[in-house]
Amino acid sequence: MADLKERIAKRIAKEFKDGDFANLGIGLPTMVANYIPKEVDVVLHSENGFAGLGGIPAAGEEDVDVVNAGGAYVTAIDRVCFFDSAVSFGLVRGGHLDITVLGAMQVAENGDLANWIVPGAKVAGMGGAMDLVVGAKKVIIAMLHTQKGQHKILDKCTLPLTAQKCVDMIVTEMGVMEVTSEGIVVTELHPDYTKEDIQAATGCKLTFAPDLKVMEEE
Amino acid sequence: MVNKFLTADEAVAGVKDGMTIMVGGFLGTGSPEILMDALVRKGVKHLTVIGNDAGLPEGTYGAKTARGIAKLVEAGMVDHIIASHVGMNPMIAEGMNAGTLKCTLVPQGTLAEKIRAANYGLGGVLTPTGVGTPVQDAEDELGRKKQVLTIDGKEYLLELPLKADYAFVRASVCDKFGNFKCAKATKNFNYVMAGAADQVVVASERVAEVGELDADDYDIPGVVVDIIVEGEAKWQI
Repeated sequence: MADLKERIAKRIAKEFKDGDFANLGIGLPTMVANYIPKEVDVVLHSENGFAGLGGIPAAGEEDVDVVNAGGAYVTAIDRVCFFDSAVSFGLVRGGHLDITVLGAMQVAENGDLANWIVPGAKVAGMGGAMDLVVGAKKVIIAMLHTQKGQHKILDKCTLPLTAQKCVDMIVTEMGVMEVTSEGIVVTELHPDYTKEDIQAATGCKLTFAPDLKVMEEE
Repeated sequence: MVNKFLTADEAVAGVKDGMTIMVGGFLGTGSPEILMDALVRKGVKHLTVIGNDAGLPEGTYGAKTARGIAKLVEAGMVDHIIASHVGMNPMIAEGMNAGTLKCTLVPQGTLAEKIRAANYGLGGVLTPTGVGTPVQDAEDELGRKKQVLTIDGKEYLLELPLKADYAFVRASVCDKFGNFKCAKATKNFNYVMAGAADQVVVASERVAEVGELDADDYDIPGVVVDIIVEGEAKWQI
């Protein structure tokens, strides 16, 4: 499982280009930062109020005034800029964020996303997720293709939405998919799976790009 | 110059049962802890509390005490919480299940803008966030239906101002007039809340004489600050 998540994170890391401003969600999306090549300069957004999120501080080196959106102590990079919550989300909604990477419970073929609430389950809240997916120029979903055998990529979401028609790309252990006006197009397929495998694990009709590529491990 | 200094207990003396308060901070970082402690000592009830989250309960990240709004929730002082994320504080779900606590969830960016609208005299804001989601369908914190407006072919939700009787915020440095600044990631909701309530109370880590620091060292004008409380401690890990 860890290997599959690593595969997903490594593949998403290739989507970044020099100068991008990006937000990575908690969990698998955070792992993406570990694989962005050094020569690609990416500034990470921390929605609690800064541009220039760094890594995890060494024990004893924590700054109590620098935490991430999960409340954990983090470092800031040399070019960091701190701001308040209105500025933070102005940057998000205003189209200044190039990429956001998040997990999902369900994605629909039209790009609808559900990732914040399961009716009847314990309430947590959307935090900044709704703003992020509405505002970022490119929304990439990082997730395992199915949940305990249940389809997560569907013709229509059954869970309450985070936002409508917001997802641009889905990366799973099985492949890379783009959300288009014609539905979901598989652009890369991992060599462990066939076209039939990925279709069988998906709750909507997939199409395959004419130049379908192999999802590279490295 | 008006003397705005009060003790923490004096600063919360006017808070009455059933009032609406807003509290700065993000999962405890940048929360005015000495004011939360004073509110708990006063023991007011039935508060509506506006904040990014419900604070951190005792034990989270090794904290020896609860942080931020969690102190008020723990003391049973809150009837209604208006926040973007309450998942870090299990007391919220427990209270909702027991029917003792109402929770209105607002997307984080929308929450900042609703508070900012109250602070800056706007009748509301139009945001694309929440269109086609439960945020559009649910009533707002005061039980009003959401209006959807179409501007240049795109749908927006009309989100209305969110104000309070008291705003409790935390500064890293404040001068004796009330001009203040929050260090690094402690700005969060403290800046938008300062001015969005009838009474604005700043608890500051450091208090400087007027003119002691450069004017550029302050971000928020003291004209919006009613009460200053000294002695906010630096959080200890």
